[in-house]
Amino acid sequence: MLIQRLIRIFIAIMLLAGVNGVSAAEPIKIGTFLTVTGPAAFLGDPELKTLQMVIEDLNAKGGLNGRKIELVHYDTGGNAREALNFVKRLIQKDQVDLIVGGTTSGDSLAVIPEVEKARIPLISLAGAVEIIEPVRKWVFKVAHTDRMAAAKIFEDLRKRGLNKVALITGDGGFDKSGREQVLKLAPEYGMTLVADESYGNKDTDMTTQLTKIRATDAQAIINFGFGQAPAIVTKNIKQLGINLPVYQSHGVASKTFIDLAGEAAEGVRLPAAALVVAEQLPDTDPQKPVLLAYKKEYEAKHGPVSTFGGHAYDGIMIAAEAIKRAGGTDKAKMRDEIEKTSGFIGTAGVFNMTQKDHMGLNLYAFKMVEIRDGAWKIVE
Amino acid sequence: MLEQIFQFLVAGITVGSIYALVGLGFALIYNASDVVNFAQGEFVMLGAMTAIALLGAGLPLALAAIAATLLTALTGLLLERCAIEPAHGASVVTTIIITIGAAIFLRGVASLLWGKNSLPLPAFSGNEPINLGGATLLPQSLWVLGGTVLLVGLTRAFLNRTLLGKALLACSFNPAAAQLVGINVKVMLRLAYGLSAGLGAIAGILAAPITFSSYEAGIMLGLKGFSAAIVGGIGNPMGAVAGGLLLGILEALGAGLISSGYKDAIAFVFVLMVLFFEPTGLFGHKVAERV
Repeated sequence: MLIQRLIRIFIAIMLLAGVNGVSAAEPIKIGTFLTVTGPAAFLGDPELKTLQMVIEDLNAKGGLNGRKIELVHYDTGGNAREALNFVKRLIQKDQVDLIVGGTTSGDSLAVIPEVEKARIPLISLAGAVEIIEPVRKWVFKVAHTDRMAAAKIFEDLRKRGLNKVALITGDGGFDKSGREQVLKLAPEYGMTLVADESYGNKDTDMTTQLTKIRATDAQAIINFGFGQAPAIVTKNIKQLGINLPVYQSHGVASKTFIDLAGEAAEGVRLPAAALVVAEQLPDTDPQKPVLLAYKKEYEAKHGPVSTFGGHAYDGIMIAAEAIKRAGGTDKAKMRDEIEKTSGFIGTAGVFNMTQKDHMGLNLYAFKMVEIRDGAWKIVE
Repeated sequence: MLEQIFQFLVAGITVGSIYALVGLGFALIYNASDVVNFAQGEFVMLGAMTAIALLGAGLPLALAAIAATLLTALTGLLLERCAIEPAHGASVVTTIIITIGAAIFLRGVASLLWGKNSLPLPAFSGNEPINLGGATLLPQSLWVLGGTVLLVGLTRAFLNRTLLGKALLACSFNPAAAQLVGINVKVMLRLAYGLSAGLGAIAGILAAPITFSSYEAGIMLGLKGFSAAIVGGIGNPMGAVAGGLLLGILEALGAGLISSGYKDAIAFVFVLMVLFFEPTGLFGHKVAERV
């Protein structure tokens, strides 16, 4: 009996010592909630792979401030309510130090009140401008906004001397938010919208809407959306013999779009992050080495890169830099350091965050590209 | 304006015939066991995705299509053998729930096998639009239309003219009696699932050049196909076709003449109206009489 009790005490002491030993170099816990399944899976999938890859690299180099990084991930499936539950769990149960994530704008917007309440830094990977406008103390984002995309498209239209545009958008959050920005910005650029059509993101034929657009005096067509629908729109435009310049959004800046739309994609223009045209950038471009390095590493492991994975790279790297500068995981210090991010060269552009701008990208971060011979060409 | 309406109609018929093809697949299993197979959309997806994968592996298109159809039929058969048959004697509702589970399972397997991106299948005879009195349509639409006509004819002939088809119908009316007259109900059910899966696969392969395919393409196609089937009267192959075309044309006219935002609402209100006034579907009276 005594021996048994002694053994038990011994084990208990060992366990306690073990726990203490761990706490000395306790890992930095980074939480993330991404859409790895569901309609937005093609966004969240490369994001998660990128986060895992970057964290593996950082850990192989000894971690941050001598501490390893641990990633805690939950898949929201694109359901904003789930996103909120998972973020609560990340904060309360997993007790993460910082959160990188929110693949979709819906997921990100849903968790903002909780994050603000818990006073924990959040770096969102989603597009909608509402995430950082108005500025929230603890919320940052790294993906280009839909407003930037709309502005870039209008700039290009103005250069070509076109001002009557037809708009066609899907029924998703990204589409709707993009549509709003287009409608809002059009007067500023002297654009007249002659059509404003919509479709369901899972629809298989948009010729009806495009037939209506064909009957207007539009000089160009703008399609805001992601997934397969924009590819169908592009094919349908060709099918109906509409010979107008077609603009897509940054939502389709992946090889998949070219594969899906095939020949019909020729001549389509869209604002895209420099990642898709990394090789074409002049050697003097500061982004080039960063882009090529990320691309090379990702493609060696997982196949073609997408700009969305790039956003995850930017998010985790900005977080890592901030943790290094903060010298630890004090939440307020990390937040301050993220806000001080300046001159950080990411895949989406050069980030210069301020108190008033929790994204820190300017229009220069977008390149206007055209699809020629099945590949992206910079047309600026 | 007339030209526009004509184009709307062409669009409606193209989409409608895809719905019809998918809806057709519901008929066989329903006829054999009164079960609505909610994995039917996944058969459509499997057919398309397998064809795309085989094409990518270097097989010629025709061969890839045939192999994909056979493989999907085999999947349907295995599904019946491994998931439906062990639940022998369970109520219709239980079986339907099993098919929902099977659908989720198949979707998961597809996402692991082929990833989460949409994938294209090249059109069978080019992408050069055909001009029809001001309206344009793709050659692939004709393939879909032709496929629909052919498969409906075959399904109808199979169910009404062949002994095997009649035996299949008998299983649904009264399994015990069918067993007594020497019909092997188990084999009939396997056959129904296999054939349904094959039909679904053909639908998926014919439609994929227009719609593309992805691991979850089956959800929407399955839903629309199911709507087509119930509007027309589930179990009646002709009904599925009529329902599909009606749904497609209504969607296109609704989007074109009223508002593209209300496209689905218009179609689904129509489905509700049909179910309200004709619960057995537009062409479903026969089924009701036979029961």
